[in-house]
Amino acid sequence: MTDQILNKIKEIIAEQAVLEVSDVTGESTLEDLGIDSLGLVESIFAIEEAFDIQVPFNANDPSESTFDLSSVDAIAKAVAQLVNEQSS
Amino acid sequence: MKAMAEGVCGIGPLDIRDVDRLSVKIGGQVHGYEPEVDFNRQQIALYDRFTQFTLHAAREAIGQSGLTFNDALSVRSGVVLGTAGGGVNTWDENYRTVYEEGKNRVHPFVVPKLMNNAAASHVSMAFNLKGPSFTVATACASSNHAMGQAFNMIRSGMSTVMVTGGSESMLCFGGIKAWEGLRVMSRDACRPFSANRNGMVQGEGAAVFVFEDYEHAKARGAEILAEVIGFAMTSDASDIVMPSKKGAARAIKGAVEDAGLNLDEVGYINAHGTGTAANDKTECAAVADVFGHHADQLMMSSTKSMHGHLIGGTGAVELLACIMALRDGVIAPTINYEEPDPECALDVVPNEARDANVDVVLSNAFAFGGLNAVLALRRAS
Repeated sequence: MTDQILNKIKEIIAEQAVLEVSDVTGESTLEDLGIDSLGLVESIFAIEEAFDIQVPFNANDPSESTFDLSSVDAIAKAVAQLVNEQSS
Repeated sequence: MKAMAEGVCGIGPLDIRDVDRLSVKIGGQVHGYEPEVDFNRQQIALYDRFTQFTLHAAREAIGQSGLTFNDALSVRSGVVLGTAGGGVNTWDENYRTVYEEGKNRVHPFVVPKLMNNAAASHVSMAFNLKGPSFTVATACASSNHAMGQAFNMIRSGMSTVMVTGGSESMLCFGGIKAWEGLRVMSRDACRPFSANRNGMVQGEGAAVFVFEDYEHAKARGAEILAEVIGFAMTSDASDIVMPSKKGAARAIKGAVEDAGLNLDEVGYINAHGTGTAANDKTECAAVADVFGHHADQLMMSSTKSMHGHLIGGTGAVELLACIMALRDGVIAPTINYEEPDPECALDVVPNEARDANVDVVLSNAFAFGGLNAVLALRRAS
């Protein structure tokens, strides 16, 4: 399940960054991939739609968010947790 | 103005259809408004809420001005208003009709009701304004752009009187849902310049003013509330949502220069002050850049903390705070100010109104799309 989530996240991020999925690694940060604030909001929307979850994120202060955005791996881990919490 | 002087917060729980499906459930909603008091049944069928608000405000403003528009004055007078969304409630209601309820027929007035120029057109009809009239839609700067046009049309000699200002009413399910998507909305309060701010809150309403050629107003002994003396508009040409310090600074400086003033003559700025991190930091940095040491001497407050962000109507409502500062010597506060932010280290008139004599004020508006419009006004002499 976690691999599936990671792969889907990579797809979403790659599309947003206009890159090949193979260019997106678990260690990549959104900044490395050239995703700006609007791209981030759009990525989170795509993640919410793909996994049918609510991501706690306020664009006013991304650093205050409890959702870990530090890398692609971190995002996948946070999404897996939200899927677990919110599917029940 | 009384509410602004007393720091009354007009933001509270939204009373709209399907509010339970919204994550943002607060707004500066107009409560207790009864369209039946102002309008007959046919008019209500034809006027979207933003038009109703506009006509209500226009009646008050034109009534107070004492002007009657007939013959020669009528053709030299027009109306220019700002709105970002126009008849958003009409769009929302009729999309429900065709999509949600599956009906194949809508009310015949949908188009004339929702169009952005509906309010301007109805004001022109109601008051016989036969000169240049139009509507400006530049998102959050719409009203300031509109009032800037009114000012320049009078200054150039094109018009003698311009009815101007703006209106917005997008506190409906679709209107709020669209804004939720951007993730810049607060779920609890609008706290401009306060370190613990967490976003903007929407409001609704209208404000309308009568801009009149100075000599014309003097000659008829009109009560002059304030004098509009400068206007500047700039474009960031950089990002569709993120503001730019340089674009804002050029507009602020431009308005002061257009008015032929020195920077140190400005005593108060009505800030754009949305309560988002992006706006507040950028706006404070722009003011600090333009004014240098004088930035520490002037006052800058955001009344959005009380009435919320009226989007296309916001500059018009905020001009009331500018008039109050000049005419009454009362500076409207930034309420909900709880924690200082080192990146917004200006005198934001926290929480309580202040008595102060100011001769010159500015009103800032910085829109999505990087379109900036700043007005300069001075006390009526």
